[in-house]
Parts: sequence; structure tokens; C-alpha cells
Amino acid sequence: MAKPISEQADDLLWSIRGVNFGYNGTPVLRDVNLELRCGCCYGILGPNGSGKTTLLDLMGGLQSPQSGTVEFKNRPLDAWPKKQLARQLALVPQDFMVRFGYSVREVVEMGLHPHLHRFAAPSEQDQALVDEALEITGIAALADRPVTRLSGGEKQRVAVARALAQRPAALLLDEATSNLDIHHSLEILHLIRNRFEQQGMQVVAVMHDLNLASFFCDRLIFLKQGQVVCQGRTEETLTPETIEAVYGVEAEVTVSAFTNSRQVSFRLPVAP
Amino acid sequence: MHGRAAALLLPLTAVLILAVALSATLGFLQVSIPDVFIILWAKLSGQGQPTGIDPVAATVVADVRMPRILGAVLVGGLLGVSGAVFQAILLNPLADSYTLGISTGAAFGASLVIVLQIFGLALPSGVTIPVFAFIGGVGTLAVVLYLAAGDRRLSSTSLILAGVIVAAILSAAIGFLKFLADEQVGLIIFWLMGSLAGASWPNILLLAPTALFGTLVGVFYSRDLNIMATGDRAATSLGINTVRLRTVLLTVSTLMTALAVSVSGIIGFVGLIVPHMLRHIVGPDNRLLIPLSFFTGGLLLLIADTLTRAVLPVEVPIGVLTALLGGPFFCILFKRRQRDGKTDF
Repeated sequence: MAKPISEQADDLLWSIRGVNFGYNGTPVLRDVNLELRCGCCYGILGPNGSGKTTLLDLMGGLQSPQSGTVEFKNRPLDAWPKKQLARQLALVPQDFMVRFGYSVREVVEMGLHPHLHRFAAPSEQDQALVDEALEITGIAALADRPVTRLSGGEKQRVAVARALAQRPAALLLDEATSNLDIHHSLEILHLIRNRFEQQGMQVVAVMHDLNLASFFCDRLIFLKQGQVVCQGRTEETLTPETIEAVYGVEAEVTVSAFTNSRQVSFRLPVAP
Repeated sequence: MHGRAAALLLPLTAVLILAVALSATLGFLQVSIPDVFIILWAKLSGQGQPTGIDPVAATVVADVRMPRILGAVLVGGLLGVSGAVFQAILLNPLADSYTLGISTGAAFGASLVIVLQIFGLALPSGVTIPVFAFIGGVGTLAVVLYLAAGDRRLSSTSLILAGVIVAAILSAAIGFLKFLADEQVGLIIFWLMGSLAGASWPNILLLAPTALFGTLVGVFYSRDLNIMATGDRAATSLGINTVRLRTVLLTVSTLMTALAVSVSGIIGFVGLIVPHMLRHIVGPDNRLLIPLSFFTGGLLLLIADTLTRAVLPVEVPIGVLTALLGGPFFCILFKRRQRDGKTDF
């Protein structure tokens, strides 16, 4: 994939300072300090339980830090009216579950919610947005099917389509492609990357697969036990040293001419 | 979608008015439909006895049949709407005031007042029973939610299990109250089997605004409720204050249930089946489902009550009738869904 577009548009999006967070007294994030700027696709990486999803929740205003501040566009997230924030940030969760048999189109239309008055019907323009989202995620043919009858991959594309219909300034992906096969993962990541490059929709993605992260993200943030171990440009941070420090596995990082990105192979450390 | 709901409003209201009028003609005394409207008009405009109509028939229709008929419509509507809201907010197609134990809690509150009154406690009965029914309902809901809260998704199983446990305890408590009531036990049995025979005009004046208010609140939040079906996190990221939504809607639905129970006693299956059936016909969109649940619930309970009041040779308690009709219907629905390989409802 092509590498970042805009070098000039590097205004501050998120500013996270001294953030601590825990569930029932168990610390999940400890003293996290980060700045995320426009013009880069960010990836949040780390082992299970390292606090990736919690960090994403804090950035999306879904949780409030117990100490420290999270600011989005120079305004603390708590100070954003919820609906206004929903026009800025959209979330694609890992397992998009829908109870009751809403049609695919109905679910994607929910993305319009923050833009519509309570009793307003979607305008023609809104409908066109929904159509477009259905089209580019490749689910237009499923529009009238109940979501409950779709496969996991199709459901995930519905979640992406809904997030796109939400027209956010930034998209938060929470392992959005973890449960998909490689073909569907690549498809979804490509279309999101296209939105980023062509329309400037910012992206922060929690990811599991280092190789996918390597070509999808411009900058990586590595978490371990709730702390930021290392962050920076993908080519500088995706190194055998970082991977060993974060995941405890030996790694070899090569630049693949085939994918035009860094690719990682792993093995467990050999016992001495 | 609101357009679709609005377009249905007029014909549905017409059907309901017709059903009310038709039901009012049925019974021991036969009255014609035009006469029903004349009697009602006379009653509503405060003219006393309408001319040209048997005064006994006029009194029967205006003061005996009409409150009961309107009571049936309003109680059915309240149960239908509260069922639809409970199912949507708890993401659970099996939730309703009955399976959640709220009806039993409200009946416990009402029974307690009755027993206290038997023991000579002077309480203004017109207000006390609804108030105690409401406290009983809210208290039960709080306990059930607390018991099920260990499971963060509030799944069907844990909620219904909690509801069944609490309802069982409350049933035992009601049993004890029945024992205390001794010879006047019939008053309590009324609550347990449900009956609209005691519905009066003051009851209607209490139920009508509640039904209107509750349905409007449900419709007001219907788009938010739709989005809740995609999970808490997703709903929050679409700008919905999920905690406030839950609190408001659970309180309003409990209020609706408690007031319905305070007039009619426990009437099961209406709140469960009405939204269920409608979801099959019109889909899960709450913007349509909630208003339709009012009309369908009202109509069904009116039909059931008219059956027991005027058609069946013996008056079967309405709660017994709805359970006897609704139960098997639900079984068929459940079995058919399984056969179609649908487990999602």
C-alpha cells in the first residue's frame, strides 16, 4: 500500500496525559502518555490483556480515565456532547452482534443517527451515503437480509459500512478483522485505507496480526501490561527487539518486496 | 418509518373504536352499535340519560361495560408496550413484565395493602394499591437486575432465571398473605388470576394518561432502542447515553406494568406474545413495533375479556384465559422457529 499522504496536516487529534485506568482495582493502563496526530494510520499492538481495547475505549469516550486526561481535538472527551462526539468518532467492534432480525440496510442506517434529528427521516443525500457504504463494503446485495442470518465476515462488513455511513473524522477499529479470513481481512483493511488516503478519515486500529498491522499502519503503539513500551513509525518500531520485549518471542523482520512492507516470522525462544 | 407508523395510526384507531363499540353491544342486555355511541356521547358530554334508550341499558353500557372495556384495552396496551420496551432494552425476546417477576412483585404490593386493610389499617384505597403495586414492581425489577448483573450482557438465561427465582419467593409471600387474609382470601385471589370486572371510571382516568405517556416515551426513544440491539459499546459510540436510556425506559415500563396490574391483577403472556408476534409481521423496528404493540395488546385483551364476559357460559378469570390461549400459541411459535432453524427470534 502507498505510504502516508499528507505531511503538512499534522494537527493534534488525541492528547493522552498521565492516564491510569483499572477495573475493580486491577490496573489495566498505567501512566499512559500519547499524542496522536492527523495524517497517520495508527496501530495499537500488544499481547492479550495488555490494555489495547481499554485504550481504544478511552480514546472513543466509552470509558473515562480514573486519573489523567484524554483530549480529542484539544477538548477533554468528557466535555464533548455525546452526539457531537459521535459525529467525530465511529467504532467498529470486534464481534459485531445484533439482537433481533434488523435488515442490513436498517443497521447501516443507524450510522446516520448522530446526524439526524430525533424524528427526522433520512434525506436523499443520507440514503445515498448508506447506498455508497453498502456498495463499497460489498454487501449491497444483502441489504434486505436480516443481519442475524449473515456469516461472521458479512456481519463485520455491516459494522464497517455502518461506521462509514456515520461519516466520522476518525475511525476506531477494535480488532475489526480478527475473526475474518485473510481475503476478507485484506478487503476491509484496503477499503478503510482508501478512505484514509482519499478522504482523510483518520484511523486508529487495535490489531493482533503484526504482518497486517505492518502494511496497514504508518505508526505503531506497543503496549505491555498497561504501559506503552514503544511507539513511532512502523519501520522504526517493528523490530525483533520490540517484538521480543513485548511478546516474548524471537522474531525475524524482513522487508518483503511482494507486499512492499515489513513482514515478521516468529519462534518461541529456544531454551538455553 | 415514523411515516409508516403515522399512516397506520388512523385505521388502527378506527378498528379499536369499532371493537370497543362492538364489545359494548355484547352481554346479557343487547344494545345496538348506534345506541352505544349515543349513550357514550351522553355520558361524555355530561347530559345524563339519553332520550329514547332504555335507562337500564344506558346505565349498564356507560357505567358497567364501558369502564371494563376501556380497562381491557388500556391494560392490554400497557402490557404490550411495556413488553416491547423490556425486550428491546434488555436485548432479550423473552423478557416481559411477567417473566421478569415484575407483575408478581406488583401483585405482592397490592396483596400487602389488601391484607393491611383487612387488619384495619386505614389507607385511601384508590391511591394506595397502585402506589404499593408500583413499589412492589420496581423493587422486584431492582432485585432481578441485581441478581442478573454478574452476567454483563444480561443474557436471556440469567435474567429469566433471576425473574423466576424472585417470582417464586414472592409467590410464597403472597401465599402467606392469603393465609393471613383468611376468609377474605378472595380479594387476593383476584390479583393472582387477573380480572377486569372491577375496572371503574377512576381507574380509566389513571390508566389512560399512563398509557399515552408510556407509549410516547417508548416512541420517543425508539430509534435509540433500535441501536441498542447492536450492543452497548456500539450504541455509546453512536452517541447514545445507554445508562440514562435504560434507567428511563425501565422505570417507565415498570410504571406501566404496575398500574396495569393494580387495576387488573396479573395477566400473563400479553406482554410476551404481542411484541413477539408483531416482530414476525412487521420486523423488529421499534418505531413501528411500540405503537403497534399498544393497539394489538389492547385489541387482544379486549377480545379475550369480551369472550369471558359475554360469550363463554362461565366467566373465566382473564389471566387464566390469556395464559391458556397464549401459552400454547407461544409453544407453537417457539417450535416453528426451531423447525425453521432460527434460534435468534
